[in-house]
Amino acid sequence: MKVLVAVKRVIDYNVKIRVKADNTGVETANVKMSMNPFDEIAVEEAIRMKEKGAATEVIAFSAGPAQCQETIRTALAMGADRGILVQADGELQPLAVAKLLKAVVDKEQPGLVIVGKQAIDDDSNQTGQMLAALLGWSQGTFANKLNVADGSVEVKREVDGGLENIKIKMPAVITTDLRLNEPRYASLPNIMKAKKKPIETLAPDALGVDVAPRLKTLKVEEPPKRKAGIKVKTVAELVDKLKNEAGVI
Amino acid sequence: MAILVVAAHDGKTVRANVANAVAAAGQMGSDVTVLVAGSNCDEAAKSAAAIQGVAKVLQADDAAYANWLAEDIAPLVVKLAPNYSHVVMAADSVGKNIAPRVAALLDVAQVSEATQVVSPDTFVRPIYAGNAMATVQTADKVKVVTIRPTNFKAAAAGGSAAIEKIGGEGAKGLSSYVGAELSKSERPELTSAKIVVSGGRGLQSGENFKMLETLADKLGAGLGASRAAVDAGYVPNDYQVGQTGKVVAPDLYIAIGISGAIQHLAGMKDSKTIVAINKDEEAPIFQVADYGLVGDLFQIVPELTAAVEKK
Ligand SMILES: Cc1cc2nc3c(=O)[nH]c(=O)nc-3n(C[C@H](O)[C@H](O)[C@H](O)COP(=O)(O)OP(=O)(O)OC[C@H]3O[C@@H](n4cnc5c(N)ncnc54)[C@H](O)[C@@H]3O)c2cc1C
Ligand SMILES: Cc1cc2nc3c(=O)[nH]c(=O)nc-3n(C[C@H](O)[C@H](O)[C@H](O)COP(=O)(O)OP(=O)(O)OC[C@H]3O[C@@H](n4cnc5c(N)ncnc54)[C@H](O)[C@@H]3O)c2cc1C
Repeated sequence: MKVLVAVKRVIDYNVKIRVKADNTGVETANVKMSMNPFDEIAVEEAIRMKEKGAATEVIAFSAGPAQCQETIRTALAMGADRGILVQADGELQPLAVAKLLKAVVDKEQPGLVIVGKQAIDDDSNQTGQMLAALLGWSQGTFANKLNVADGSVEVKREVDGGLENIKIKMPAVITTDLRLNEPRYASLPNIMKAKKKPIETLAPDALGVDVAPRLKTLKVEEPPKRKAGIKVKTVAELVDKLKNEAGVI
Repeated sequence: MAILVVAAHDGKTVRANVANAVAAAGQMGSDVTVLVAGSNCDEAAKSAAAIQGVAKVLQADDAAYANWLAEDIAPLVVKLAPNYSHVVMAADSVGKNIAPRVAALLDVAQVSEATQVVSPDTFVRPIYAGNAMATVQTADKVKVVTIRPTNFKAAAAGGSAAIEKIGGEGAKGLSSYVGAELSKSERPELTSAKIVVSGGRGLQSGENFKMLETLADKLGAGLGASRAAVDAGYVPNDYQVGQTGKVVAPDLYIAIGISGAIQHLAGMKDSKTIVAINKDEEAPIFQVADYGLVGDLFQIVPELTAAVEKK
């Protein structure tokens, strides 16, 4: 079984975001970019499946500008076998990414697609569910634990009230939650080896996908700022403030 | 055109956040229908009909809908959708699971976690963990929108909408429900609690979290946590507040032994009053706290618990 994982290039989670002065978006020039943390978890899970013999090949997919090659290389250094870059320079929204992924799935016929539950830049939490819909496949979202057995996957999901267990037919789409695993760091020898692994570059047109954005971004603004309050010295003072100033207890 | 709100429920009552979704829907148009899909969900349908501003409730009773599997619920919503201008769900783990599947089947975009309705086709939504707010416009015929419940005041009770029973679409056989391991708690639910007591890595163990339980119970508060506390296994996953956990906006949020990473702030910075207890006076949490108390939580929490009156 092949496993396809999606890896998105995003602004590193440690970077302090700055909104552009002209309100068209956020500053991306000269900021550190990394693989979306949820996608590191997706890559790790796929590699573990291969190590256990449940998967035969792990393919890393990314869509975006040419620099997404670096993100794919990171996945290859972790242990993925080869990469597919769908190169597109404009904005890619979740529906478009799902359509690109579908086109690649049609070609590669993986048994599982593993993507992050959300990308930490746009925070949409849509792509995996959309892909499952387009393929007519089952979906195991917000996965906390996976067990692949006999043509189906047992998925433990992180839900509002705790955990939920479902069993879904394969082929299937999985979206990762934080507790699924702890991704490994790539070792230096593996980083060197990854340089020789193949990455295929495709264009959206060649896949027959129209990636034009459906949502129009009118503006991007700073959120209202919260002012720091005061420091109290004692518990008694805190309780007094909460009672008599804020009126919340 | 009418708006369809898809309601999550437990068979007896719709989730509290359905009233927030109805309120948000009311800002997109005037004719709000609520879909209650489930198995033996008469009571849940009645609870939806009792929300003010609901014009009609559609009740789809089918064994296939008992456990809210996206593969089975989405086709029902897709079938109904052409009669509506908007499909609205609360952005909880049910809405996040189902709404994108509906949107893709309709070949439309989805607006995720809208915090404001600017006009029927224009919404504000947070991106980058709430460090930027994007105003987005959709031209799609059916607009699929999830809303962040804490940003819309819940519609009041006292409605009396008509309930119309519609058939189900049956099971697609792609997935099946096995069971749940739900956190049992008598405490108020995190996202609707008026007071939230939240603990982080500073607590050092699950055992020490009991201290926060005592404080929470005295205040009638819900209990939350940082990702670090969940990852370390002190508390279950559903306690996590933040960008990738739950978003809360209580009257009072008490952050104890939490440093205040942006990912955590994303889930609580809309709280009315924020208290931070941390031994590091440089901790970023103090930048958003109305009242900060620098010191050792192991001393402060018992003292605070003794000082507040039981609710
Ligand atoms: C104002 C604004 C301007 C923007 N401009 C641009 C721009 O110029 N160029 C641009 O590329 N983006 C741009 N974006 C971001 C773009 O809109 C988002 O990437 C897109 O909406 C996808 O959302 P998401 O990644 O949050 O999806 P989610 O559904 O949250 O993503 C979930 C998962 O899907 C997979 N996935 C998603 N996208 C990709 C991808 N591209 N490659 C591989 N896997 C993926 C990953 O596994 C990810 O973890 C812009 C966003 C805004 C708000
Ligand atoms: C993709 C991604 C998603 C994430 N999503 C979330 C999310 O949704 N929610 C979330 O919370 N985090 C999230 N995080 C993690 C976030 O970046 C931080 O790592 C996390 O919030 C830190 O938790 P903490 O404040 O409990 O721990 P720490 O940062 O370790 O802080 C512990 C604090 O406790 C204080 N302390 C220690 N001992 C005492 C004592 N005895 N008395 C008083 N104070 C004490 C310390 O001074 C310190 O400030 C995410 C990270 C990533 C990469």
